[in-house]
Amino acid sequence: MPLPRLIPCLDVAAGRVVKGIKFEALRDVGDPVELGAAYSDAGADELVFLDVKATVENRDSLVDLVERVAERIAIPFTVGGGVRGVDDAEKLLLAGADKVSVNSAAVADPRLLTRLAELLGSQAVVIAIDTKGGQVFTHAGGRQASRETVQWAIEAQERGAGEILLTSIDADGTRDGYDVEITSRVAEAVSIPVIASGGAGNELHVAEALGVAQAALLASILHENPDRLRTLRDELCAQGVELRDAA
Amino acid sequence: MIDVAVCEYGAGNVRSVTVALRRLGVAPMVTESRDAVLAADLAILPGVGAAGSAMRGLRNRGLDQALIERVEAGRPTLGICIGLQLAVERSEEDEGVVGLGLLPGRAVLIREGRVPRIGWAPVEPGGETYYFAHSYAVESPAAVGYSEGIVAEAAQGSFVGVQFHPEKSGNAGSRFLQRQLDRVAVWQAAAGDVSALPTSGS
Repeated sequence: MPLPRLIPCLDVAAGRVVKGIKFEALRDVGDPVELGAAYSDAGADELVFLDVKATVENRDSLVDLVERVAERIAIPFTVGGGVRGVDDAEKLLLAGADKVSVNSAAVADPRLLTRLAELLGSQAVVIAIDTKGGQVFTHAGGRQASRETVQWAIEAQERGAGEILLTSIDADGTRDGYDVEITSRVAEAVSIPVIASGGAGNELHVAEALGVAQAALLASILHENPDRLRTLRDELCAQGVELRDAA
Repeated sequence: MIDVAVCEYGAGNVRSVTVALRRLGVAPMVTESRDAVLAADLAILPGVGAAGSAMRGLRNRGLDQALIERVEAGRPTLGICIGLQLAVERSEEDEGVVGLGLLPGRAVLIREGRVPRIGWAPVEPGGETYYFAHSYAVESPAAVGYSEGIVAEAAQGSFVGVQFHPEKSGNAGSRFLQRQLDRVAVWQAAAGDVSALPTSGS
């Protein structure tokens, strides 16, 4: 197996990094290209840019952002948020993204995963699953889908998804640790890589997640601070987690 | 200045490859033209996605023959990811695809570990760590580098193919691409092209 991956997640809107609670009062906290480059320099294995507004008007700014990121950053990155169809996804990949993540649109029409995989290859298709109590939620956690998380993960794989980004709504933002129970259930049920997301508060949490998943998404734990990624990598190495040498 | 042609044939984005080369001071041409691919000092066959549609994309543009002719003439050529898998004799993807035959061997579905195989892994010899994202892998007697038992690099004549993505592999990837450019400079010098030799101020 390839080395475990640390993946900083940047929330973006209208081409800027934003911070906010439950989509209210989004605050501009910087330039995604600069922050992404700083994370890359600090040893990030990949990056995720999540468009938290994902409105139609915002779409052009997202493609523009992807182009700017691709010009600057020499590690893989995923773009998600509001990808509705094959055209959206293809535009983002042609602009330089390596993968797209889909969530609500795939729950609404699971055939989307197959169409994306046929056009782009499975390695470019990430199914983002938001889970709570073993059930799938869509629309940024606002709506319960009538699907069980593990079953949906299996179906998404069968339909062509190449990776699962599994976010525990219960754990997200708590900094009390990843939801290892649902993460390991999903990881055992599928044969594609799983990225654990939600709840990281310290290096022990991340090490624990990397024990069951192939990658860990890092959001609030980093506080938009690349130096925190550096110290986290050192702490993980001290825990015996083998990370890549990014020199 | 090394004249680099990056094949544009409808198999994913070529932006990352061109950006990575520009960082090394090269101004690559992205082209669908078989003549441009034939004439370049270095031709690069990048690509992601499925082997079947990628091969059709090459054939429709006549780039398959251009690549074969280049390699027969000993001109440096680099395949990346799907570019390696298309270079062997056949792929079992898409119910069987006939490859370019630049290398002996075939591309087969990875049967161990999680697939797609996604992430960073060391390559031996050399020990550099590169980024991989693939479901198929090459089996070839021309293999020269391995990653976890999987062929990471294969070479024969003037063709070099890699399974990893140097353009997405940070500093290690830049070093790999620089070695490819160095290979071209050596080839140019051996071919007696004095314009290829470094000149002051260039």
